[in-house]
Amino acid sequence: MGDGAGPRSDGKSKSFFAQNPSALIFIAFLAAFTLIVTLLSEAYGVGFLSTSFVKTLGKTLCLCLVALAMDLIWGYAGILSLGHMAFFALGGYMIGMWLMYARTEEIVVQALAQGGLPATPEEVSQGIATQIFGVVGSSDLPAIWAFAHSLPLQLLLALAVPGVLALVFGWLAFRSRVTGVYLSILTQAMTLALALYLFQNDSGLRGNNGLSGLQNLPGLGDASQDLVSVWFLWASALALGLGYLALAWVVSGKFGSVIRAIRDDEARVRFLGYAVETYKLFVFTLTAVIAALAGVLYYPQAGIINPAELAPIASIYLAVWVAIGGRGRLYGAVIGAAFVSLLSSLFTSGRLPDIPLGPVALNWVDWWLVILGLAFVAVTLLAPKGIGGLFDRFQHIRPPDRKGAALGPNDGALQEQEARE
Amino acid sequence: MRLTALILTALCWLVPLPALAQEAARIVDENRAMIEKPSRQTIGPVIAALAGSGDPMADDILTAWADKRLVVRKADGAMFLAVAEGEGFALTALDGTPGGTAAKADVTELKPNAGVRGLIETALVQFTLSDPDPARRAEALTSIARDPTAEALAPLRASMQAEADPALKAQKERLERFLTLRFDPDPAARVAAIESLGADTALDVRGALNPLLATRRVAVSGTPDGNVARELIPGRDLTEVEAYELLVAGGLAPARLTLEEQRAALVANIDAGSVGGVPVAALDRQAARDRAYTALEASGAVPVAATDDEAAAALAAHRFYEVYAEAEPAVTEAAAAALARIDRKVGLMQAADLGLDALSLAAIYFLAAIGLAITFGVMGVINMAHGEFITIGAYTGFVVQLFVPDYTLSILIALPLAFAVTFGAGVAMERLVIRHLYKRPLETLLATFGISIALQQILKNVFGTQARPLTAPGWLDGALVFNDVVSISYIRIAIFVLALIFLGFFLWLMKRTRLGLEVRAVTQNPAMAASMGINPDRINMLTFGLGSGIAGIAGVAIGLYAKVTSEMGADYIVQSFMTVVVGGVGNVWGTLAGATMIGSLQKVIEFLNPANTLAAQTYMILFIILFIQFRPRGIIALRGRAAGD
Amino acid sequence: MSALLEVSGVSVTFDGFRAINNLSFSIGPAELRAIIGPNGAGKTTFMDIVTGKTRPDAGRVTFGERSISLLGMNEARIAREGIGRKFQRPTVFEDQTVEDNLILALKANRSPWAVLFWRPKAADMDRVQALAEEVGLGDQLHRKSGELSHGQKQWLEIAMLLAQEPRLLLVDEPAAGMTPAEREQTTALLVSLAKTRAVVVVEHDMEFIRRLNCRVTVLHEGSVLAEGSLDHVTRDPQVIAVYLGRG
Repeated sequence: MGDGAGPRSDGKSKSFFAQNPSALIFIAFLAAFTLIVTLLSEAYGVGFLSTSFVKTLGKTLCLCLVALAMDLIWGYAGILSLGHMAFFALGGYMIGMWLMYARTEEIVVQALAQGGLPATPEEVSQGIATQIFGVVGSSDLPAIWAFAHSLPLQLLLALAVPGVLALVFGWLAFRSRVTGVYLSILTQAMTLALALYLFQNDSGLRGNNGLSGLQNLPGLGDASQDLVSVWFLWASALALGLGYLALAWVVSGKFGSVIRAIRDDEARVRFLGYAVETYKLFVFTLTAVIAALAGVLYYPQAGIINPAELAPIASIYLAVWVAIGGRGRLYGAVIGAAFVSLLSSLFTSGRLPDIPLGPVALNWVDWWLVILGLAFVAVTLLAPKGIGGLFDRFQHIRPPDRKGAALGPNDGALQEQEARE
Repeated sequence: MRLTALILTALCWLVPLPALAQEAARIVDENRAMIEKPSRQTIGPVIAALAGSGDPMADDILTAWADKRLVVRKADGAMFLAVAEGEGFALTALDGTPGGTAAKADVTELKPNAGVRGLIETALVQFTLSDPDPARRAEALTSIARDPTAEALAPLRASMQAEADPALKAQKERLERFLTLRFDPDPAARVAAIESLGADTALDVRGALNPLLATRRVAVSGTPDGNVARELIPGRDLTEVEAYELLVAGGLAPARLTLEEQRAALVANIDAGSVGGVPVAALDRQAARDRAYTALEASGAVPVAATDDEAAAALAAHRFYEVYAEAEPAVTEAAAAALARIDRKVGLMQAADLGLDALSLAAIYFLAAIGLAITFGVMGVINMAHGEFITIGAYTGFVVQLFVPDYTLSILIALPLAFAVTFGAGVAMERLVIRHLYKRPLETLLATFGISIALQQILKNVFGTQARPLTAPGWLDGALVFNDVVSISYIRIAIFVLALIFLGFFLWLMKRTRLGLEVRAVTQNPAMAASMGINPDRINMLTFGLGSGIAGIAGVAIGLYAKVTSEMGADYIVQSFMTVVVGGVGNVWGTLAGATMIGSLQKVIEFLNPANTLAAQTYMILFIILFIQFRPRGIIALRGRAAGD
Repeated sequence: MSALLEVSGVSVTFDGFRAINNLSFSIGPAELRAIIGPNGAGKTTFMDIVTGKTRPDAGRVTFGERSISLLGMNEARIAREGIGRKFQRPTVFEDQTVEDNLILALKANRSPWAVLFWRPKAADMDRVQALAEEVGLGDQLHRKSGELSHGQKQWLEIAMLLAQEPRLLLVDEPAAGMTPAEREQTTALLVSLAKTRAVVVVEHDMEFIRRLNCRVTVLHEGSVLAEGSLDHVTRDPQVIAVYLGRG
């Protein structure tokens, strides 16, 4: 089931799927999942699944997509970025600006039309600004909302803003050859800086109120949330499927080979003539854009976004998902993200009964994070391959025997145990 | 009104009259009607006359009046000073002779309102300023300083000569300067008073000078009257909206129509699908609405209001000035110069105060980061649970205070106990987790994240989400005050001392002990150290325990001035990392330099942008990201081959 | 004969220690050269400077017919100019197959976009097969290189160097940890490589150098102590003093 190390000399004539059987299985599974959820939904099926659960599933698909990006940057390129949820949230903010603006515009125009006079453009924009920024005590639309009226422009920004941020930050960080733990901490600092910035009321994005009401699609006021939830599920599934294929294609070629080589021994890759920093920057930016795309699809389903979504801990959870699923394999990231985030929403929903333990009761909402944290430590220590490692049980490839040594001198290099595929 | 009072008072004091018994009673008698129904506007001269009468009874009469103890006997209409006695009053006549007693029902108490009482008390000042009791004299001074008036100047000057208490005398002289510079009729005297203050930075000096420079904004078409501070240019010094509001306030231009008002006026005048000749459907442009409104104005259906063009023309036709309320230019000039002098001095002091703040913040960051720096330097391990160890230290202090009520003793117990608890936790963590991930720094980072998540939630489950107090001993309350600007709280000094102790301890440990030698050996070359018989396992364990132990002590220190919550450690962890990254690893001095830099930087940014501490942190992190560009290995870095690049 | 690599007046200091002191060195386009010297003579630092890992404090390093300066370039750029380096310890990408390792090293456009869209052509695969066979790994193409023996990894790394088609090859202690038969093979390979390109061998083992039968440069305390045939330099009293004096 190796995504990267498939046979190639005789694979010249073989198709992409023959080289990447896991991609085919994954796409089939995703298609079946989408079909089943659609048939069980309230909008298009028997109504077995509630709309809010369909939304949870759609959001989970988006989280799987951002986990794929995390796997590429961490599992394959060995860069433990603690900033990708920031790119995810930035994408959400950008699309949220359009959703909120366009929706408010509808409401304002409607309200003004009842006043006897047709509204002037100034009145409309003034009305929108007051409506959106009243909570932070302002009635002017900040300059960063200049394009909020246009879906295509704001979509472009949703990918371009995180992309450019990643490009600039990555350029600064990689250029000075910051690697390993230092880089992780620097990305964490970037995330924190961004979150603190957005927490301010004068950031132009409503401070800690964030953007809300994103579940209402402008222009589709009559479409019920039952329908919208399924549409977003389809869009998320499509994005995840395409993202998986694209990344599988990237990692199965020579590019994948280069970035895995960078992960294990970047100095050696440099002496082969590859501009390591450029590759890292390429992967960092690409994954940032993928994360932003996932955010674009996620937040309309979540309905609200605020700066807490950017907290460094969110990016840490992302790393936890990928680690639990099994890094360095794309399906591992998807499994990890789906498994842990669904489990997480189950345990924190408060619907599970407490477990009585003598005098005290074990409350799942309170203790779930403890269990997750400790489970994560256990996975890191005992099963570095994560859940994905279970799949290897069915494979019979002779593992390299390196007496437990790491496969390269770099911080991100694979351990022998992880390389058995 | 006040001027009259001033002149009267001044006259009375400049020409001392012979003490005339009965004089006060006569004045009261002459002004009976006004005294019984006093008004703030008209009673002034009466009070001034009483105060200036020279009659020793005047003080008592005024005091009684202010205290609502001046009564009129219903039977004969005679006026008395009353003192409550049993069910009724003991009466004293206005000339000081006893007047027997009266039941409550037999007299009418005069109840002057607050405004009148204020006037009376001001007049009384002259008596209290010379009161034999120094406490009352000090009280009078305080009351004048709180609410300085022109009337107080003359009595104050008069009382200075006879003042025996040197402290009070100095205080009186100082107050006399303040009153002179505001109220003296002679501008030269006022300027002299201002200049005599020099560059005294005390708050009361600034409080006395600032009112002199109070300004108001005026709009005029020609040259302004009064003492002009500066001209204001619309668009530069004030917005055009503000400028137009000045015009409206000065009656120089008609009020401007808000868009809402215009809209309402148009809606009210819709006539057969059009307004002022403009079809309603065309009113979706501001220009069309303006046209319609002008048409309505012409027909007289709506009040005249300025359009944009008219407003602009009105603005252009007028000039805007800031004018001092103080009419005398010499005085405002002197005051401005004095304030500039003071501001310069205050600026220097603020810099000193900022320096103290920065130092104390640096001390906190040093304490929080040193443990992290040591484990990173020796083992290449970043402990993400370091923040939780800080929290554990703080909670240890909280728990100790639950059992030991004496705060001094409890802190003395808490410090070593916090060290012991977190040392144990650190050693356990090293043995159980980190040892197995040796040389896998990213995995260690993530595993310690897992521990951090779990620990934080456990602490939350055990101690709850509300903040717990960790109370400092009483002798750490308050602050060391150098002057009105420079001060530092004793807790911060204590933390600073603690940081110094730890700096010393570390230097001693690393340079003078066998353990330090071994730690340094392992830091520089673990393989070589191992081959020399040093057990790196033991060193790693001890180092990790030590680093965690110090986190515990830092937790107690931080808990003393911040609230203890399960998330408090997380608030410091990023700053700690930044300290380590900026300072460079594996070196106590590096951590010190990093902490100093981060601490000062944060304080300076906060000073430049005091309203927004969130922005300060954002800028600081951005600065650090840029800093890494120029010194990727920190301020104090191992260089050359030792750095292992 | 114009020089391929010209190093002149290079100095580098680490924390006050002069690792390289006014070193000058040059090598022609098709020449085999051995560099010897006691520990700390600056052999590795010299290679670090040429490959761009260490920046010298002073001096010039130029390469090729057009004498371009290597000093402003990073490691990757220098490698693309045609300078290959073999480390003392075999460093291959253990998580990847022999074939992947060789494809990584094949001379081709190294830019990310070109690499992203690169797909193997028949000629490339033939070249990989030929290289693998040349070093005795013809039937091991699909094995993970982490599974190979130490010697096989050395050979894989040499094959990767050949795949890069460098014009200058820097080889650090190639004979370390090899069996006598493998040494023989290595010697033959280095000599044959030097017919078409410049090869610099850094080595301690005098016996190995004697077999290479080439010009020898002796480094001592960061500068050239002597240069010439092995017999010539071993007779040099200064060289004898340095080697014997240091044991």
